[in-house]
This record gives sequence, structure tokens and C-alpha cells, in this order.
Amino acid sequence: MKSSSNGFIKSNRYLNWLPTLPLVPFLVALFVVLPVIVVASSLFTPNREIWEHLWSTILPEMTRNSIMLVVGVGFGTLILGVSLAWLVTAYNFPGRNTFEWLLILPMAIPTYILGFVYMATFDFAGPVQTFLRSHFDNLAWFPEIRSGGGAILVMTLVLYPYVYLLAKAGFQEQSQNYIDSARTMGYRPLKIFFKLALPLARPSIAAGVLLAIMEALTDFATVRFFNFPTFSDGILRIWHGLMDLPAASELAGLVAIFALILILGEQTLRGRSRFFQSTGKAQGISKISLNGFKAWIATLVCSLVIIISFFLPVAQLFSWTLLELGNLDANVFAVYTEFAFNSIKLSFLAAIFATAIGLILASAIRSSKSKFGFFLGKLATIGYAIPGAVIGVGIILLLSFIDHSLNEVYIWLGGTAIGLVFTGSLIGLIYAYIVRFMAVSFNSVDSSLQKIKPNVTSAARVLGANQWRVTWQIHLPLITPGIFVGFIMVFVDVMKELPVTAMLRPFGYDTLAVWVWQMAAESIWTGAALPALAIVATGLLPVYILTRVFSSSKS
Amino acid sequence: MKNFLLNKKWLILIFVVLTIAVLTTFLPTDKEEVVYVYTARHYGIEPVFIEFTNETGIVVKHTTASDAALRERIKAEGRHTNADVYITVDAGNLWLAVKDGLLRTIESSVVEKNIPANLRDPENQWFALTERVRTILYHPDRVSPEELSTYEALADPKWYGRLLMRPATHPYTQSLVASLIVAHGEEESEKIVRGWVANNPTLIDSDTRILETLAAGKGDVAIANHYYLGRLLESNPEFPVRIFWANQNVGERGAHVNITGVGVTKYSKNYQNAIRFVEWLSSPRGQKLFADSNHEFPANPTVEPHSIIAGFGSFVRDPINLTEYGRLQGAAVKLLNRVGYR
Repeated sequence: MKSSSNGFIKSNRYLNWLPTLPLVPFLVALFVVLPVIVVASSLFTPNREIWEHLWSTILPEMTRNSIMLVVGVGFGTLILGVSLAWLVTAYNFPGRNTFEWLLILPMAIPTYILGFVYMATFDFAGPVQTFLRSHFDNLAWFPEIRSGGGAILVMTLVLYPYVYLLAKAGFQEQSQNYIDSARTMGYRPLKIFFKLALPLARPSIAAGVLLAIMEALTDFATVRFFNFPTFSDGILRIWHGLMDLPAASELAGLVAIFALILILGEQTLRGRSRFFQSTGKAQGISKISLNGFKAWIATLVCSLVIIISFFLPVAQLFSWTLLELGNLDANVFAVYTEFAFNSIKLSFLAAIFATAIGLILASAIRSSKSKFGFFLGKLATIGYAIPGAVIGVGIILLLSFIDHSLNEVYIWLGGTAIGLVFTGSLIGLIYAYIVRFMAVSFNSVDSSLQKIKPNVTSAARVLGANQWRVTWQIHLPLITPGIFVGFIMVFVDVMKELPVTAMLRPFGYDTLAVWVWQMAAESIWTGAALPALAIVATGLLPVYILTRVFSSSKS
Repeated sequence: MKNFLLNKKWLILIFVVLTIAVLTTFLPTDKEEVVYVYTARHYGIEPVFIEFTNETGIVVKHTTASDAALRERIKAEGRHTNADVYITVDAGNLWLAVKDGLLRTIESSVVEKNIPANLRDPENQWFALTERVRTILYHPDRVSPEELSTYEALADPKWYGRLLMRPATHPYTQSLVASLIVAHGEEESEKIVRGWVANNPTLIDSDTRILETLAAGKGDVAIANHYYLGRLLESNPEFPVRIFWANQNVGERGAHVNITGVGVTKYSKNYQNAIRFVEWLSSPRGQKLFADSNHEFPANPTVEPHSIIAGFGSFVRDPINLTEYGRLQGAAVKLLNRVGYR
């Protein structure tokens, strides 16, 4: 049967050939980047008059605020995330097992929800200051929550889990051998941390801080609560206030370029300190037991962080919900079930597609090994650095163009107009989520892929496996945790997402986040509390699974 | 460590159930009489829509988002848009929608009879459903109404540190400044707004919170929309904030009014239903429900306002042409930026 085996080899060779072309990553990246290009294209025809006005008025302040926010949230999440991750990885203290997963919980709270809870609790009319006023005459010392400091605090509290999760993974993947040698050589624990553990985990930590920074840069709701105008607030000011969408897109394009520089910078950092896992899993660091005073300090620190960032706000939401219980409609639970189901459905679909596309992109780029491919991969993640409202506009412009062309072709072929197929459909909405959150799934998959030694892949290729087989049979089993983490992080992000959902959802298709926004926009905090709690509760399940995956992958 | 959630069978089961559930929602639904509404007003609208369906059998399908996002969506969707009706909470946005050619003339003698001409577009491309008044509110323990007169007078240094206002990002602030520009010209308006800023107002991006802060003892005078006080009084009749109708003296132009307005889209596919819907909204029945759900003043003069806001007393309205808010919004925002009003 020589001819048939020849045929097989031929087709096999053809398959081998295909992915080495940058075509696959190129098309996928194009698909993801296209809406961004649509909005950023206005950068080439800047409106000078508007820019001069902005430069002489609010732009300097917005630039200053944006930098403060990036630096503040960057440092805040770095310090909080890394130190907590090291604490639970390297030490044993009362409650450590519980804290290990409790500390991830704030991730389930959308930033704008923690924002309005903190504002309504700690501002002048809030319960804390009202209580203090009844006991003290002078409250001038009480910090103004409606400020840059307030915004940075709130964002640090909800975003540190990104750094915590990734740093913890980075520490857990380290080999005990290094740490043991250092310990035998008499290095003190702090020195081991700074000289050894920290540099080794640097790629994961940098990736986490980058995610946190980009989240902070694209937030528009929280900074508005706190009167702290940043670039993304500026984009909306120009669009809604000056009614100039092109100029707003120009600013968005500039922010995206700034973010791209950050992303590429992070990658160079990662590139310099690259390490691989040669076998399946590292055995992890053995823990030192803390005793007495030190142990209680560790417990206290963890408790404080989790109380301030999670239990206190959730308790406030609960108390508002109780206040609201009397006003609730009889059919409110049917409505909630519907909204919650919509939220879960969207998150689920978006997570599947984003993870699948992230996987295709990351593995194709890895195999092509070209600089261009690498750049494409980074470019495809740019949506995370662009405010959702701007992505929404890009998607609408793109989809309606496709829909209009479709209709024209249809009519040209002799049919009648079919109306809008993609615009205002679930497909359009999911597409927008993929564009917005590609960074999350891509980076999770990519960082796992990078830990596979290149010679594992090469060996398989030498033995005749084509790219698809390498991906399916060799890479996939090794990076399952990375895929899973990416899936769940996208899931949680979509649960919390607001501007894209509000703008692109189909008729009558409300989600929990949309409901929260409608209530919070009217300052009806008590009415926003129940859907907010529902978001947190729905987000908790995946966060819980996430932690189980992490702690079980270590045993 | 084995956890039941990580058991493969469970994961597969969850996956299958979710997939089936997701697929079922793609199934087509029955044909029915509908009207598709894009609305930027979302507070309390659903009972109103349900009542319309009960009376006419026409189902209202609606989606909410910001004024600008919805307008951008109608524009991009062009002649294939699903939207039949566009409801916004700011006259400026209706002006823009007309300018972008998104709306069509509402040919209805019912609407013309129900809504006075000054609350309708000259070409009948939109009309007001309700009026919202942005005026002065004060704490009666710290301010007597004799001290108050006009928006302009709040620039007086005696109000230093005593003002509560909404940030410049909000359309409420922007259209108030646009109305100043119409009354005084840009140069004079800039002086007035500079005066407000010089008084170091506390900026809070929520009218409700502005009034609650006023009640709690910070600041003495605020600028806010009347219905937020209506809402607060409804839940607490003792709420310690009073309303003052601004600019009421002889020779002054009256209190600043904005509208919740409605238009029918140019490419509406359910035009007849859309017309029935907007006619119903202008009728006494629809007006009463729509206005009372948010304590706004009905645009139809035959309809009594809600008892709480009727209790605020009668007042003179600024007779400004509402489309000026749209035309001058850009100028107002630039003015606010120039004087450092954040």
C-alpha cells in the first residue's frame, strides 16, 4: 500500500507546513484587533482644535491622575499581592489553609461596587462619619474618601488578587532545592525571598501587576465616584460632553499605545528571566511554621486584608438588602433568576471562546517563533487596555458595516433585506468580550506554555508529530491548569463587565451588572445591593474552584 | 485532594447542562405586535410599559444604556436598525439625534393636542414626556429663603465653602451652563461659573448624595434636580431639605428645565406601533404613570403632577428653546474646562 502511505505523508507534510506560516495567528489576531483598529484609526486625522483645548485645560490633570493611579495601584497590588502570596506559600500559621483561598475572594467584587460601597459608607453622609460626629466635635482629620487616595485604595483592594494568584503560582512552581541550598548556606528568610524567590517569580508577578494596572486604567465608573478624572474618564468626557467621538477615539488610541509599550516592556522583563519546568510539576516550597507572636501577626494581617476588602463591604450590601426586602416585588426572584442566568450564560460562552482563541493564538505563535508572530500576540491582547465603552463603539461600527454589506449582497442577489444579523446579537456581544478579555485568557495559556521546555516540543516535532498533534497531545495536558485559570478569570471578568454589556446586549437582555448600574446611577444603593450580592455570589463559585485547582495541583 | 467539583463527571455534567440551556435560548419566539424602545431613562419605566401592553396588546421590548451610546448605536445600525423609539433624559441628545438624521416627523394630531408647542420639536421629530427642574435646594436651619435668589447669585463670595454641586462631567451641569450662555453670552457666563468655582463647591456625582450630604450637615446650598427631593421625601416626609425655585423675580428668566423626551426613529419598522406608543405616553393615562414613577412634571398640562412635587408650589420656567442645550453643550463643556470646574 505504498501509494496510500505516500498520500498520508503528503497530507501530513501539508499539515506541518500550515501553522509555520504566520497565517493562523495573523487571522486570529486580526479578528481580535480589528475593532480596536476601527476606533484607533482616527489617530491619523487628529482634531487639532480639540487637542489644543484639552491640553490647555484638563489633559495635564488627567495625565497626572492616570500616572498616580497606575503607580498607586501598581505598588499597592504588588506589595499586598506578593507579600500575602509569600506568606501563605512559605509559612504555616493559624488559619493558613483557609486564608489561602479566602484572600482571592475580593476578585469577585466588581470595582465599581466596592467603589460605591466605600463611598456611601465613609463619605460625609455615610454611617461612619455620622457616628463619629455624634461623639467628636472636630472631624477635620477624617480623610476625604472622594479623592485619588480613595480610588487607589478601592482599586488596590479588589485588584490585588490578580497579583496574589499569579505570584502564588510563581512561588509554588519553584523548586525546593534552591531554597534548601540557600537555607543551608545560612541565608536569612528575608534574603532568600528577595534574592531568590522574588526574582524567580518575577514573570508571574509582572503579569499580575500588568493586569491590575490595565484594569485600573480602563475603569471609568469608580474614578467618577471618587472625582478623580483619568484618561478613561476623559475619553467619556470628550465623547459625551464635547460630543466628539473621533476625538475620544484618538485619546483611547493614545492610551492603547501607552499600554502596548507597557505590555512589551513586561515581556522583555519576562524574557530576561526565563525558566522552564522540565518535568510535570515542581514539588513546591516546604513551609516554615511560625510560632507565638509572629504566627498571630500573620493571622492578623490576613484577617485585616480580607475583612476590609471583602467581609465589610459584603456586610454593608447585606444590610442594604435587608432594608430593601420590604419593597421587593413578588416576582423579584423570577427576575433575578433570569438576570443571573443571562449573566452566567454570557460569561460561560465568552470564557469558552476566549480560552479557545487564546489557546490557538498562543500555540501558533509559540511554534512560529517569529518576532512578527510575537508582536501579533501582544497586539491581540490590547483590548484589555481600552475602556469597554470604546471597544463597544468599535464593535458596533464593525458589525453594522458587515450587516449592511450582507444586506446589500442579499438584495443584489435578488432577496429582500434581512436586517441586522450581528449588531445587537449575542454573537456581537460575545465578540466584544473576546476582544476585551483576550489578554486574560491568552496570558494564562501563554505563561503556562512558556514554562514547557522548548526541547520537549522539538523532540516531538523531530519524531514527526505535526503542530496540531503537538498541541493536542503534548502541550494541552501540560497546560490544563493555565487554560482552566484563564477560563475562570474571563468568566469572572464578564460577570462584572458593564459598559460593553450595556451597549451591545440584545433587546430585553438584562444582566446582574446592568441592573446594578441602573440602580447605582440613580444612587439607589439599597436597590443595587441585591444584584451586587448576586454578582459576588455567582463570582465566588468559580473563584472557589480556582483555588481548589491551585491547591490541588500542588499536592 | 479530590473535591466533588473537580470530579470529571461533575464538570462534564455541568458543562452539558449549561450548553443545552444556552442553546435553548436561541430558539425563535412567536410573532407578536412589538415596539422596540432604546431608552436612557430606566428608573421606574417597566410598570409603564407593562400597562401599555395590557391596554393595547403591543409588547414593548426595550434596552437601556447611556444617551450617547444608544444614539451611536442607532446611527451605526442605520436603515436596518431595530429601534422604533428613542427615549433620552436630555434635550441636547434629541437635538443631536435630529442633526444626525436619526429621527422622523411624528405625524400625530393626538400628540400635537396633548403636548404644548414649546415642549415639541418645531418639526415634530421629538417631544417632551416630562419636565425636570434643576434648581436651588437648601437646609432651612442654616439658610433662610430670603438669602436666595438666582443661580448667578451663588457666585457671591458669601457662599464660600457652602455649596454642593454636581461635577462638570454630568449633562445636568452642562445644560445648566448652556442656559447661562443663552442668557448672558459666553464671557459673562464664564465669570459666573468662575465665581462658583471660587466658592470651592463640594462636587458629588449623585444628586441624591448631594441632598443627603446637605441633610447631614455639610454645605448649606445645593443645585440639584427637583425629583430627587421628591423621592427622598416619599421615603422620609421629615427629610430636612427645602426647595427654592430659582430666578423667579420680575425680569429674571425662571428656573432651568430639562426634559425626558421621545422620538421615533427614521427607519422604524413598526411605525404604527411606535406612533400608538408615543401617543399613549402623551395621553393622560401614560403621562400620569410615566411622570409619577419619577416625580417629574408631566408635559401634558391637563395632567396633575404628583402630590409631593405639587407641594413644591408653582414657578416660572426659563422659556429657552430646548434645542439650545444641544447646540451649546460643546461650548458649555469647554467653558467648564477653562474655569477649572471639575
